[in-house]
Amino acid sequence: MSEFRFAVNVLPKDGILDPQGRAVEGSFGHLGIEGVSGVRVGRRVELTVDAETENDARATVERLASELFSNPLIESFTIEWVDIRVGAAG
Amino acid sequence: MTRIGVVVFPGSNCDRDTLRGLELAGAESVELWHEQGTLDGVAAVVLPGGFAYGDYLRAGVIARFSPVMRAVSAFAAEGGLVLGICNGFQVIAEAGLVPGALLRNRGLRFLGREVRVAPERLDTPFTTLVGERRPLRMPIAHGEGCFFADDATLDELERDGQVLFRYVRDDGTQAGEVGDASNPNGSLRAIAGVLNRQGNVAGLMPHPERAADALLGSDDGLPILRSLVEAAARAERGATTEPALVAAR
Repeated sequence: MSEFRFAVNVLPKDGILDPQGRAVEGSFGHLGIEGVSGVRVGRRVELTVDAETENDARATVERLASELFSNPLIESFTIEWVDIRVGAAG
Repeated sequence: MTRIGVVVFPGSNCDRDTLRGLELAGAESVELWHEQGTLDGVAAVVLPGGFAYGDYLRAGVIARFSPVMRAVSAFAAEGGLVLGICNGFQVIAEAGLVPGALLRNRGLRFLGREVRVAPERLDTPFTTLVGERRPLRMPIAHGEGCFFADDATLDELERDGQVLFRYVRDDGTQAGEVGDASNPNGSLRAIAGVLNRQGNVAGLMPHPERAADALLGSDDGLPILRSLVEAAARAERGATTEPALVAAR
């Protein structure tokens, strides 16, 4: 068994109203920053999976990402590889 | 007396009001704990408002996977009557029992205030006793109440009569989407409540249980609860539920 660490990045889908992103974008002027746009605010979930192979671990993360971490109607996600510790899980 | 269950999640905070509202509407109301896997034979289920599981991750999503929700989903699939109010609406939307999703309010702020909604249909288990299409005064109290579905789904909901309530202005006309105080969360097509395709599951953002007694400032929510109690009593007696609920419009 190994420990596989992943991150799941969840963002509002394109075209979905993101009032949080818009509010953040609206504050840039207060910092004297111009020319920045397209802000989308989402969330990031990091997690460690005990599994035999990276594929097994990734399948678990895929399921969590699509069923729990994101709502497919309004959000998209990407899975990011973070780390592996071979033989770490006891 | 008809027994109606009110699901209690950790973080529910309208459960007591809902139990009381259902009693005022003529039912015996009982609590259903989120960890139980059965519904104790109740004739209908209400998912109350609150902040189930702290609304962590996304409002309603952790509650969606609780043991009681498996029972609620099975109950709904067999035609059982289910009403989700506010956070309860968010839970059943996450569970896919009703279409759409509830996004952060357009103005970002948590809103606790009175709104007016009008029923689109008077022939559902949730609205028969409302009597006529008129603005109902009920409070909202939510941070994520902006109803969203893609355009194709919205067209379908309207075509199939699955829009149950819309936010309306004082004169009863449909509220706008942006910058209209009558639709304070910015819900698409001013949708405040929806039905599933079969017509036995409904979700709505305003709180009928907080408008169930004139002492509370409005009793416009009571006919909604009474409609549910009456429909549940009919279902309990074994009468067939209303035929062709969705198509009959």
